[in-house]
Amino acid sequence: MAVRDTTLSQNQLTSLTIRLRALLFRREGVLLIILIVALLLLSTQTDKFLTRENILNQGRFMTEVGLVALPMTFIIITGGIDLSVGSMLGLSAVVLGYTWQNLGFPLELAIITAVAASTLAGAVNGLVITRVGVPPLIATLATLALYRGLAEGISQARSARGYPEWFFQLGQGELFGVPTQLWIVLVAVIIAGVILGLTTFGRSIYAIGNNEVGARFSGLPVARNKLLIYTASGFMAGLAGYIFVSRVSTTRSDMGTGLELDVIAAVVLGGTSIFGGTGTIAGTVIGVILIQLLKNGLALTGVTGDATIVVIGIVLILSILINNLIQRWRGGD
Amino acid sequence: MATQSLAQPAAVRRGPLYAARSILGTQEGVLAISLIALIVTVGLINPRFVAERNLTNILQGYAYIAVAAIGVSMVIISGNIDISTGSLVGVLATISGTLAVNGVPIWLTWVLPVFVGMLVGAFNGFLVAYLRIPAIVVTLGMLSILKGGLISVTSGAWISNLPDGYHLAQMRLLGIPMPIYFMVVLTILAALWLRYSATGRAIYAVGGNAEAARLSGISERRIIMTVFILNGMFVGIAAILFATQLSIIQSTVPPNLELLIITASVVGGVSILGGTGTVIGSTLAAVLLSAIGSALVFVNISPYWLRAVQGVLILATVLADLLRRRRQRL
Repeated sequence: MAVRDTTLSQNQLTSLTIRLRALLFRREGVLLIILIVALLLLSTQTDKFLTRENILNQGRFMTEVGLVALPMTFIIITGGIDLSVGSMLGLSAVVLGYTWQNLGFPLELAIITAVAASTLAGAVNGLVITRVGVPPLIATLATLALYRGLAEGISQARSARGYPEWFFQLGQGELFGVPTQLWIVLVAVIIAGVILGLTTFGRSIYAIGNNEVGARFSGLPVARNKLLIYTASGFMAGLAGYIFVSRVSTTRSDMGTGLELDVIAAVVLGGTSIFGGTGTIAGTVIGVILIQLLKNGLALTGVTGDATIVVIGIVLILSILINNLIQRWRGGD
Repeated sequence: MATQSLAQPAAVRRGPLYAARSILGTQEGVLAISLIALIVTVGLINPRFVAERNLTNILQGYAYIAVAAIGVSMVIISGNIDISTGSLVGVLATISGTLAVNGVPIWLTWVLPVFVGMLVGAFNGFLVAYLRIPAIVVTLGMLSILKGGLISVTSGAWISNLPDGYHLAQMRLLGIPMPIYFMVVLTILAALWLRYSATGRAIYAVGGNAEAARLSGISERRIIMTVFILNGMFVGIAAILFATQLSIIQSTVPPNLELLIITASVVGGVSILGGTGTVIGSTLAAVLLSAIGSALVFVNISPYWLRAVQGVLILATVLADLLRRRRQRL
């Protein structure tokens, strides 16, 4: 008995080390270690960093990127990309401000119209990609210009402000001591994580990314699923647009410019391969947090805002490089 | 195969109808006809649009975009992409201006940034070709590094008091502005090189079918390095044309420039999937984009609609291209 016990525990021990090694080799494991090291380093530099107030406040700033990064993870896993998210966010913001201020919509209806307009924009992306067969990079490059152009044309570069007090609750208020919009992010992350990780729809996303033709021949509704995720991207960008307007109290047509690059950087940093087929929501969440904390931590230690963009660029390239090296090393033994 | 569009003379059957069809069968032909149609239509609405001065402005306005698009077209033809060109133009323009106000000989202020551009291109190329990082990730990272680096070093300061003789883009030769010469000459040279040199053909081969290219003895790594270094050179020249047209250089990154450059390539018929396209197309597209911007002003449409029009234009181009390919296949 005693002998058996030791062998069992030894077996357990080896299986534990194997699992630990597997975890370390996994992309999320590597990222988590980078995240913890960055946290520790930054917190030794300034005592303003690791405070409850600062961390929650940073949560507000990463809401828009975080929300849009979720459907973007699905899209990149299928081997696609959506460059138009920043423009859809801007379009949503402008539609909100314009329908409320110029067309006299009640504010509630204006919000719904704005999110609906952005969702429709996402659906148009999906239709152009799936029905017409335009590569996602080109289709969304075109609609990046088109939707931003619509936002600029509708607003004629005039801003809308003067919203009532209740409107700011979502972007500036708190619920149970946490910024309101973080609850939305939390719910969205859980839903996205469950859909991608635990449903047949989620499995089909990976299948499309690994071998789209194969997925179609095995009877998966490839076009319908792709249409759904591009539409979801529009919906999330629209929601992020509403939260953005609520946070900064004004509407401008240039809102969300460059958002697509922040989002793609976070998703890729989170371990989703730009070629499709691999990636997780957990990785994306770590990627978003890592980028925001790096920005904030460096800013607090006295590095100017723009130099932090440099660090993010370097981290992005290095993380892929390290990942490639690990893959090669693993392939080696 | 790759430049099927160029090598499709209506030699077998003659006659105006076949000639018309073969012109419409190429992206360059469609662009040239669209450009002429636009100029005639807007000219009829507002004759001042076709005044010599305005036509010169149209050609000159996006010349630097056309030059940068030559490089980016090569990158896209090879099956890669570069989204850092806008940031690189900003950085190189600032380097050039800073050198000029610090008394560096004028010719050096024009040449040094081009070399820096080639160095950055070589670095991008190395990461893509040898370390196997996807080009979109490399250039996304480079975009951040260049953009952030530029603003944190200069704080977006304005560079003024540029010396006499610095403004290359404002000079004229035989009454024609210099940027037009650069655009035309570089486009022709690049088109000939892509069409007739072994390396030029290899770029199409790598973009069209990397495996087949490797099997036929082409070094994919060397081609990708070449393409990115050349791209850095063209972006460097574009940056000089951009910087020397201004009397004050603001040391920031011009917004959306990289997208405008990619738009010129794509509207010009360069397939994002690699392997097809010409630089004559991308230059014609840059001129067309410039003409559309000018036309909006002359028919009294708010310039705020410009980007919406550009978006529709890209979609229309891609749709036309898809339809044409479908018909050719039938």
